[in-house]
Amino acid sequence: MTARRPWWKTVLGIVFIALMLFPVYWMVNVSFTKTQDLRLSPPHLFPFDATLDGYTEVLRQQLPNLGTSLLIGLGCVVLTVVIAAPAGYAIALLNLRGGRTLNFVLLVAQMIPGVVMAMGFYAIYVRLGLLNSIGGLILADSTVAVPFGVLLFTAFMSGLPRELLQAARVDGAGAWRTFVSVVLPLSRNSALTVALFAFLWAWSDFVFASTLARNSDLKPVTLGIYAYIGNNTTQWNAIMATAVVASIPAAILLIVAQRYVAAGVTAGAVKD
Amino acid sequence: MAISTAPAAPPARPAPAKAPAEPRRRRPGRLQGSRWIAVAFAAPLVIYLLAFYAYPLIRSIDLSVHDYTVRAFVQGNAEFVGFGNYVTVLTSPLFGQALANTAVFVVASLVFQYAIGLALAVFFRNSFRLSGVIRALFLVPWLLPLIVSGSTWAWMLNSDNGVVNSALQTFGLGQINWLTSPDTSMLAVVIANIWLGIPFNLVILYSGLQNIPTDVYEAASLDGAGAWRQFWSVTFPLLRPVSAITLLLGLVYTLKVVDIIWIMTKGGPADSTTTLAIWSYREAFGTGQPDLSPAAAVGNILIIIALIFGFVYLRTQRRQEQS
Repeated sequence: MTARRPWWKTVLGIVFIALMLFPVYWMVNVSFTKTQDLRLSPPHLFPFDATLDGYTEVLRQQLPNLGTSLLIGLGCVVLTVVIAAPAGYAIALLNLRGGRTLNFVLLVAQMIPGVVMAMGFYAIYVRLGLLNSIGGLILADSTVAVPFGVLLFTAFMSGLPRELLQAARVDGAGAWRTFVSVVLPLSRNSALTVALFAFLWAWSDFVFASTLARNSDLKPVTLGIYAYIGNNTTQWNAIMATAVVASIPAAILLIVAQRYVAAGVTAGAVKD
Repeated sequence: MAISTAPAAPPARPAPAKAPAEPRRRRPGRLQGSRWIAVAFAAPLVIYLLAFYAYPLIRSIDLSVHDYTVRAFVQGNAEFVGFGNYVTVLTSPLFGQALANTAVFVVASLVFQYAIGLALAVFFRNSFRLSGVIRALFLVPWLLPLIVSGSTWAWMLNSDNGVVNSALQTFGLGQINWLTSPDTSMLAVVIANIWLGIPFNLVILYSGLQNIPTDVYEAASLDGAGAWRQFWSVTFPLLRPVSAITLLLGLVYTLKVVDIIWIMTKGGPADSTTTLAIWSYREAFGTGQPDLSPAAAVGNILIIIALIFGFVYLRTQRRQEQS
């Protein structure tokens, strides 16, 4: 069977992916380039003469920012799952009145431009003194993930076999018990998918960070990179090294969660 | 942000539409007691939506009908100006340019993202050795933080030291001032945005292709249709519903792109890459002195445009579910 699969497609596929990922390669390459070699023409195509200067710079300057981003990401994950999972349960399994309307509202909510949300949050946060605070950023960042989370949980949970829920009820479990000991454990993959995306979006956020935490002492790493660029710096190796480090969650997501994303989607679609 | 929020679409879609039909009848006894329980479970979400979606939106409308200066912000006594900010924005010479830039950015991005995404989806339709791994790697641009992609592209397209110009020079082509010339800056941000959007298009179109039954292709090849013919008379027509969804969703998301343009060009040079979203962002936060009222007016105009296409998308999707 495998013998009939054409090898030329594999070769072509590798060529395509090499072209596609060239910017990523270039980022890594520049991150290892010595400062005096950055302006060479033509530039070094391979990091043979590598230096870790860029990465020592990251350790020296960006560690607190990376910590802040981590904190914001984790806060966002908790908030998103805590709000989205019960809501998904209510819409999918408890026949919530107005569940369809709620779904519609969530779809529309995803279409609202981030700039407008940022302005609204700015106006609110000025009054409440939440500007430049981690809590404020967690709240704002979660608005990207919550609608997605509810829609994903709803899609998955409405695919759960009803017999299981009835069995739980026969055993005397109430709605809360059923949720905690039957529905949630079964929805583990969806929860993981939601959590991973919530983390990634909060970690990657630039618009909210650059508007609501402009003068913060605790900057997320995206603003750390942005500050580098803004300074008209010559140290592109340090910028790219930070960028490489900031890409680590994406890499982890790709390796770990690819399976869970697929599992969540197919599990929701296959069961009937 | 456009692309980073894009993954919302594909995993949410496979919700089985058939579920509510049959089992709902079977448990009337439970429904009575659980109505309020259901509300209780959904209450956090409803409160959340009111506090962190509805309220910020109301505030942004409030901003746009007042004349908020920094001082008025602190004192809370901004002057009510009605539609004054909207009139100023709509009659500004920048409005036409921003609208045209938005159109060029969106249309050029979508056309190429879709075409390349579709070509790749067709390429990956039949699995081959390593096809799963290679397809997974195509997701990388989608998952990277936009500040990472934006700064990488900015350095690659740097006039003096960028690898792109260096490559062009080895082919004997002159230096192009990608980001610093108003003639090419739009092209530069569009190229970066196409790169960012290919994964999204590939994923949705690929899953659409998997739903076309193989016997259609077998019948077509029995009739002697070659690969090219098969694409135009089988794949493309049968993929039309999925294509419509992909393009409309891409449109809604591309309209609100800020990050990538702002990081690469800040809307310049000479406003050549100022879209409506960038204009709004710059008025509000791009300068030392936040000018939130006109910014909110621009932002609310953008919401209206996004929602128009958003409703077209939702209607298209609903009609497809029914058929």
